[in-house]
Amino acid sequence: MGKHVLVIEDEPNIIEAISFILSRDGWRVDTHSNGHDAVSVVNAKSPDLVILDVMLPGRSGYDILSDLREADRTRELPVLMLTARGQSKDREMAQKIGASRFMTKPFSNAEVLEVVRQLVP
Amino acid sequence: MGALNLLVAVCLGYVAMLFLVAFMAERAAARGRGGWLRSPVVYTLSLSIYCTAWTFYGAVGYAARSGLEYLTIYIGPTLVMLGWWWGLRKLVRIGRTQRITSIADLISSRYGKSNSLAVFVTIVAVIGTTPYIALQLQSVTSSFSSFALYDPSVRQIGDSDATALWVAAGLALFTVLFGTRNLDANERHHGVVMAIAVEAVVKLFALVAVGVFVVWGVGGGVSETLARIDASDIGQWQMHNGRWAALIFLSAAAFLTLPRMFQVLVVENDDENHLRTASWAFPTYLMLMSLFVVPIAVTGLELMPKGSNPDQFVLTVPLSQGRDGLAMLSFLGGFSSATSMVIVAAIALSTMVSNHIVMPIWLTLTGGGAMISGDVRHVVLLARRMSIAGVLALGYLYYRFSGGGAALASIGLISFAGVAQFLPPLMGGIFWRGATRLGALAGLVVGFVIWVYSLLLPSFGPSLFMSAEILAHGPLGIGWLRPQALFGIGGMNPLVHTVMWSLLLNSVVFVVVSLATFPKPMERLQGAQFVNVFQHSGNPQGWSGGIAQSEDLMVMAQRILGAVEAQSFFQREAATQGLAGYLPEPSPEFLQRLERELSGSVGAATAHAMVGQIMGRATVSVEDLLAVADETAQMMEYSSQLEAKSAELTRTARQLRAANEKLTQLSVQKDAFLSQISHELRTPMTSIRSFSEILRDADGLSEAELDKYAGIIHSEAIRLTRLLDDLLDLSVLENGQVSLNMQHGNLSEVIEHAVNATGVQTAGLRMVRVRALENIPIFTDLDRLAQVFINLIANAQKYCDAEHPNLAIRVTRRDGYLLVDFVDNGSGIPSDSQALIFEKFSRISDQKKAGGAGLGLAICREIMARLDGAISYLPGQGGAAFRVSLPMKAAKAAE
Repeated sequence: MGKHVLVIEDEPNIIEAISFILSRDGWRVDTHSNGHDAVSVVNAKSPDLVILDVMLPGRSGYDILSDLREADRTRELPVLMLTARGQSKDREMAQKIGASRFMTKPFSNAEVLEVVRQLVP
Repeated sequence: MGALNLLVAVCLGYVAMLFLVAFMAERAAARGRGGWLRSPVVYTLSLSIYCTAWTFYGAVGYAARSGLEYLTIYIGPTLVMLGWWWGLRKLVRIGRTQRITSIADLISSRYGKSNSLAVFVTIVAVIGTTPYIALQLQSVTSSFSSFALYDPSVRQIGDSDATALWVAAGLALFTVLFGTRNLDANERHHGVVMAIAVEAVVKLFALVAVGVFVVWGVGGGVSETLARIDASDIGQWQMHNGRWAALIFLSAAAFLTLPRMFQVLVVENDDENHLRTASWAFPTYLMLMSLFVVPIAVTGLELMPKGSNPDQFVLTVPLSQGRDGLAMLSFLGGFSSATSMVIVAAIALSTMVSNHIVMPIWLTLTGGGAMISGDVRHVVLLARRMSIAGVLALGYLYYRFSGGGAALASIGLISFAGVAQFLPPLMGGIFWRGATRLGALAGLVVGFVIWVYSLLLPSFGPSLFMSAEILAHGPLGIGWLRPQALFGIGGMNPLVHTVMWSLLLNSVVFVVVSLATFPKPMERLQGAQFVNVFQHSGNPQGWSGGIAQSEDLMVMAQRILGAVEAQSFFQREAATQGLAGYLPEPSPEFLQRLERELSGSVGAATAHAMVGQIMGRATVSVEDLLAVADETAQMMEYSSQLEAKSAELTRTARQLRAANEKLTQLSVQKDAFLSQISHELRTPMTSIRSFSEILRDADGLSEAELDKYAGIIHSEAIRLTRLLDDLLDLSVLENGQVSLNMQHGNLSEVIEHAVNATGVQTAGLRMVRVRALENIPIFTDLDRLAQVFINLIANAQKYCDAEHPNLAIRVTRRDGYLLVDFVDNGSGIPSDSQALIFEKFSRISDQKKAGGAGLGLAICREIMARLDGAISYLPGQGGAAFRVSLPMKAAKAAE
């Protein structure tokens, strides 16, 4: 059946790119492009990994992550955060809230693959 | 029982009688029945203390020695009373309005209430009066001796020093009993004045009696006596013009400046109209006193053995003729002369010493705390009594050290010359407003030093202070400093020499220093009060009642403190006194607090002067008010400058705070902006990088995939370019670096251009226009205006969510503005977002649809600001509605 990843991202082209890379690596890819119902989508889909953008319409990625970390079910869920802002305080914020990994856009495809493989071996 | 014992008994009886007179006069005054006390006659008689033992005994001696020169001593005061009574009236008026207690008080008060001046005047007065008191002691002592000579029961005359000491002690006691029985606020002594009036009568009667005896009893009638006078040397008018003029001037000056004369002339004066009577009555008294001087002198020189003291002829001539009763009367006359002078002089001096020296020191030592309690009266009385004793002690010491042998007249003249030093500051003070404190002080010091150096110290004889060596060659051999030939001008009579130099230099220094120094406000105020006393005190008695004063004080306080503060202060004070309303009693405590309150606003001196003006019941001239107002204005100007400075500082601080806040805000905005830009740039770059890597690395991509991914890369590159273009555009607009290309054109053409550029007609957004209204000529940057319109039309195209989207463009004119509204039929912009849409990167809907970076409306806003117009969101129109407004002048200019 393979590993299951949920990509929460509002930029369609980026969704397309990530989906392409991970599908080729054998992942089952689900996508979601809205912030406000992202937590329930995670709970509904129960993915092995979540790739989460910070700037989402409706709700910020940080808020979503902290919700996930408070729930028992998703406390240990691997979450890779992506952000286009890329300032050091964003990285600190992500680590504080409990992101498993943090990557700044634009990323290299190989790097994403490597990180994803580390998070879900 | 010998005649001497009888003499002592008579003296004591006489003193007891005087005491009774004084006591009854004071009782009468206290009961308000003292009208007869305040008669011009009593006033005139009290002035007779000018005629002391010197006049009684000494004038005869003077005549026996120097002929008619003795008359100068009477001519001076006579001239003052006859020719200058209006000047005296001014002095008296000043004394009354200013509540003057002594000549030291007058001079210090005139020169800004300067205590240093008061102290100096007091010292000069004490030193100047000391020889005079010694003179009285000497005359009384001599008269005892004269009696003793004719008393067969006395073998040997007692020690004259001891006699003088007894006399001094007796007089001190007498004066203490008389002059300091109680403490009168205005320093008037009705009892004493009455007693000296009685003494004036006694001494005149005694002298006239001796004269009558000499002319008719001894000389055998008027004609014989006149013949005898003609035969003697005294009858020769040996006039030395310079000396006579100097002596007349000196006696006139002394009449005004002697502390005791000032006491009776000014301080004890009840009614200045008494001066009218005194102006002829006192010269008459003097004439009577001088009438028999020459006959007595001539007769004495004939009858008495050679070498007998001519100063005692008044006494010794009757004694030699066996007229003991007449001699006793004569003795009482002399005794009266001496005692009245000593009493008044001691009272005057003790007032000065205690008011200006003892009390200030005592108050300083006790910190002024005792001012409130009642024991201050005891201290004052004690100070007065000690001062009286001190003054008499000094007189006695002078008598001892000067040897007691000098002629009475020469001692008297030393005193005259000393106190005459007050004349320049006194006259300058009441006639010259320009006179200053420093001028008065400097002149006094110079005159006093010359007097001490050239007259007083030499008077002790060569053994004590001034050696014959110094008198002959000057100190350290400096010739021009010879005490009796200053500046090398010798050959003058020592007295004339001193009078000339001391008063000349005193006056010159006084005038020069006054001109060179600037009076303080208090001096100016007092100067005007003194010089213009008649204008200022038109109604010296018409005031009564404390409430009227309080009201005046309140009027003044309101002007200075402001109405609200003054009223609350007065109300508070009234409440403290247990009174309702706003007017407290003008108690000393209240006045003190008021002064303190006022001095916070106008300075202590002015506050003191102003309260004093009202309480002293004198008005101030316009000039003085101006001077005070000057001072106040300066302070107010200064304080308003301070206020302005403080306000400026506050303003600057506020501006700095605002600037700081703005900078902080700008910094936050800049961070947010950079963060936004970063995001906007990174997002397309992410797609470009990712897909270019896919294209590079991934194998087996289909043709369709290759096309799609290359297309994405292309469109994202365009998006990046557009973003950079917008950023650049905005940056140029925001920095004001944009150069506008102002052109004439027509609004409809611009709209048409914008509609065509967006290509909406073909894309399904229906335009609703009324072209007739759009036909308005405009003068503006047509391209920039079109850019705004394009943005708005493109936004409608992107965001209008209606099923059949349309955009209405309406043109109206209002309030000098040309208004172009763009209204679509979509769901519009939520009200909470309306305020944000013109901010940079403020996309409110999902951005895939927008395809822009969210800078469009921000750019529109900047453009419209540059074109002197505006763009705003128009709520309540159904769909999204934007209003572009252009100033009419942009439209009109084209017409």
